[in-house]
Amino acid sequence: MEAVFILEQVLNGLLVGSYYLLIALGLSLIFSLGGIVNLSHGAFYAIGAYLGVEIANRFGFAAAFVASPVLVALIGLAVERFLFRRFYREDPILSLLLTFGMAMVIEQAIRMIWGAAPIPFGIPSWLTGVLFVGDFIYPYYRLAMLAVAALCVIGIWLLLNRTAFGKIVKAGVQDPDMVGVLGIPLAPVMGAMVGLGLGLAALAGVMLAPITGIHPAMGSQIIIAAFVVVVIGGLGSFWGVVLAACLVGVVRGLAVYFVPPAAEASMYLLMVLVLLLRPRGLLGERFKRLEA
Amino acid sequence: MATTPTFERRSVLQLAGAAALGTFAAPAIVRAQSEAIRIGHLTPLTGFLGPLGEYAQMGVQLAVDEINESGGVMDRPVELIMEDSVNPQTASTKAQRLTERDGVACIVGEISSASGLAIAEVAGRNRTIFINTGCNSDALRGSSCNRYMFHIEAANSMYVKSAGRALLRDGLVKDKRWFSLTADYAFGHDLLKVAKRFMSQHGGEFAADELVATDVNDFSPYILKIRQERPDLVISNLAGNQITNFIKQYKEYELPFPIAGFGFDTVLAWGAGADAMQGTWPCVWYHTIETPSSKAFTEAFTQRWNKPPDNQAWGDYNATKILAQAMEDTGSTSSDDLVEHLQKGAEFDVMKDRPGRFRDWDHQMVMEMYTMTPKAPAEMADRWDLMRIGEAVPAPDEDLDILAPTLEENACTFA
Repeated sequence: MEAVFILEQVLNGLLVGSYYLLIALGLSLIFSLGGIVNLSHGAFYAIGAYLGVEIANRFGFAAAFVASPVLVALIGLAVERFLFRRFYREDPILSLLLTFGMAMVIEQAIRMIWGAAPIPFGIPSWLTGVLFVGDFIYPYYRLAMLAVAALCVIGIWLLLNRTAFGKIVKAGVQDPDMVGVLGIPLAPVMGAMVGLGLGLAALAGVMLAPITGIHPAMGSQIIIAAFVVVVIGGLGSFWGVVLAACLVGVVRGLAVYFVPPAAEASMYLLMVLVLLLRPRGLLGERFKRLEA
Repeated sequence: MATTPTFERRSVLQLAGAAALGTFAAPAIVRAQSEAIRIGHLTPLTGFLGPLGEYAQMGVQLAVDEINESGGVMDRPVELIMEDSVNPQTASTKAQRLTERDGVACIVGEISSASGLAIAEVAGRNRTIFINTGCNSDALRGSSCNRYMFHIEAANSMYVKSAGRALLRDGLVKDKRWFSLTADYAFGHDLLKVAKRFMSQHGGEFAADELVATDVNDFSPYILKIRQERPDLVISNLAGNQITNFIKQYKEYELPFPIAGFGFDTVLAWGAGADAMQGTWPCVWYHTIETPSSKAFTEAFTQRWNKPPDNQAWGDYNATKILAQAMEDTGSTSSDDLVEHLQKGAEFDVMKDRPGRFRDWDHQMVMEMYTMTPKAPAEMADRWDLMRIGEAVPAPDEDLDILAPTLEENACTFA
C-alpha cells in the first residue's frame, strides 16, 4: 500500500510542478535575455491575480484568463521601455535594487487599492470536480493548470526555436553586441520578452487565484520558490526550468510524506545539493557575458 | 555616544539609518493637543497577519474618535499613536519609544504572540498597562504572564474548549481519529499542545499531527496524506493566510472528511469566500451577534469604513473603550491604578449577552465565546454574512470561567 501512496505523491508532485513552472518561466525568460534578476516578478503575479478577479467578477473566468495576462504584458512593455532598458548594461546590483523597490511599491499599492484582507475568488463552476484514475484523485482544475503550463512551454519553445524572432532572442542572449553590429535592433525584442515574461507571471496569478488566498503579500510569498526553481534548473535554461519545477514538486510531495516538518525546507536543500554538484544548475548554459 | 569623541563607521551608519527610518516611519498622530491622554497602538500591518492588522487599526481609530466626540476621557482629549509592529524586535523598539519618548498612558494591540511577548516585557519594565487584542498563546497568560498585560483576546484554551464542545456534541471526539495541520511557530505549537490535552481528556486520538510552515501555498501533498489516513475529522491549527489557502484547496479535492479549526479569524473566512467555506470554527465575536452594543458598533463601523467589523476590530475597539472607561471610573491615568481596578473584576459590556471581566490571577478576560459554521449561499444577506453563529458558550447557567485555562493547566505568577 505504501508504494501506492508514494507513487500518488510523485504523480501529484509532477502536477504541482506546473504550478511552479507557470511562475518561474517568465522569471527565467527575463533574466536570460536582459540579465535582469526581476525581484518584482511576484508583484506582477499578484497584479495578475487581482486584475483577474476584477475581470472575472464582471465578464467571467475565461475573459480574465485572457485579458489579465494581456493587460499585464502591456504594462510590461512600459516597464521595459522606461525602467529596465536603462539597466541592461549597468551593475546588476542596480537592477536588483530597482526591482526590489518595484516589488514593495506594487505590494503597497495593492494594499491601498484593494485593502490588506484577502479577497474571495473560487474555481469557476465548469472547472470544479475531481477525476479518479484508479484510486488516485485529480481535481479538474489542477489538470487544466497542467494543460495551460504545457501549452505555454510548447508555445514558448516554438517561439524561440522556430521563428526569426526566436533566433534574434537566442543570439541576443549569447552576444548582444554582435547582434547590434549586425544591424538588428534588440530593443523591441527586449520589450516583447519582458512583456511576455510579466504576462506569464500574470497568467500564473490568474490560474492560482482560485486555489490560493488573494492578498497583497501573495507575490512576495511566491517569489522565493520561483527563484529556487530557476536556480536549480540553471539560470537561463528553458528546459532546466521545466525539469526543476517538476523536481521541486516531487521532492516537496515526498518530503510531506516522509518528513513533514522539512517539507518547505526540502526545495532549498535540493537547491544546495544541485549547486554543490553542478554550480550552474541542472541544465544551465554558459554565458559569455556573465563569465570571465 | 556623546562621551565618545570618535564615531565608528558602523554606529554612524546605524544612526543615519535610524534617523532616516524615523523620518519615513513617522507615527500617525491622529490628534495632537496638549494635555491629551496618549494611547499607543501596535499591530502588524504587513506579513501573513497584515490583513488582520488593518482591521485592528480601523477598530481603534473608531473607538478613539467616538471617545473624543463624546468629550474625551475626564474632559481631556485622547490622542492615538498607531504604528506597524512588524516583528518582535521592532515591536519591542516601538513599544519602548511609545512608553519612554511619547509617554503613552497605555498600549493597545498586537496579533502575533511572539511580538506580544516583546511588548509585554517593555510594558512591564516601564509600568505601562498593555491590553493584548490578538495574541492567542496560553503561554502569554501562563509562564510569560505579566502584571501589566491584560488579554481581551481569548486564549488558545478558550478557542479549543469552545470548538471542542461543538465537536463533542456532534460525536466527533470520543474514539475518533483526528488529522491536524498546525502552523509551525509559537502560536501553533501552543495551540497543538492545548488541542492534544483536550483530545486525551475526551478519549480521542490523533491519526497524525503535521507542522506546516507559515509560507506554504500548495497544500495538495497534505490533502493527499489526509485522504490516505482517512481520519474522522481534519483539524486546522493553522494561522493567517494559511487558513484561506487550506480551505480553498481542501474544497478543491472534495474529500468527505469534515473539518474544524481551533483558531480562526473572520477576515480569512471572507477571503476564502462562500464557495469554499466549510467546517466548524470558534470565534470570539461576529458582526451578526444581536446585542444592542454589537449592533451599534457594527453600524458605526460600517458607516465609517464601508464594510462590517471583524473579530480583530472588535478586540481593538473594545480594549480602547475599556481603558477609557477604567480611566473615568478610577479618575486616573496611572497604570498601577488601572491594573488594580481591572484586577478587582470590573465588568464590561463586550457586545455579548453577558458582560466580560478580567481574571485577577492571569488577567485573561472571561466572556462568552461562539462556534460558527457556514450558511447556505441562499441564506446569506451579503458577502460578509457568511457564517451562522451557534449558541454562546458557556451556557447562561454556567460560570464564565470554565473555558479559560485553569491554574493547574497554565500557572501564572506576577513577579
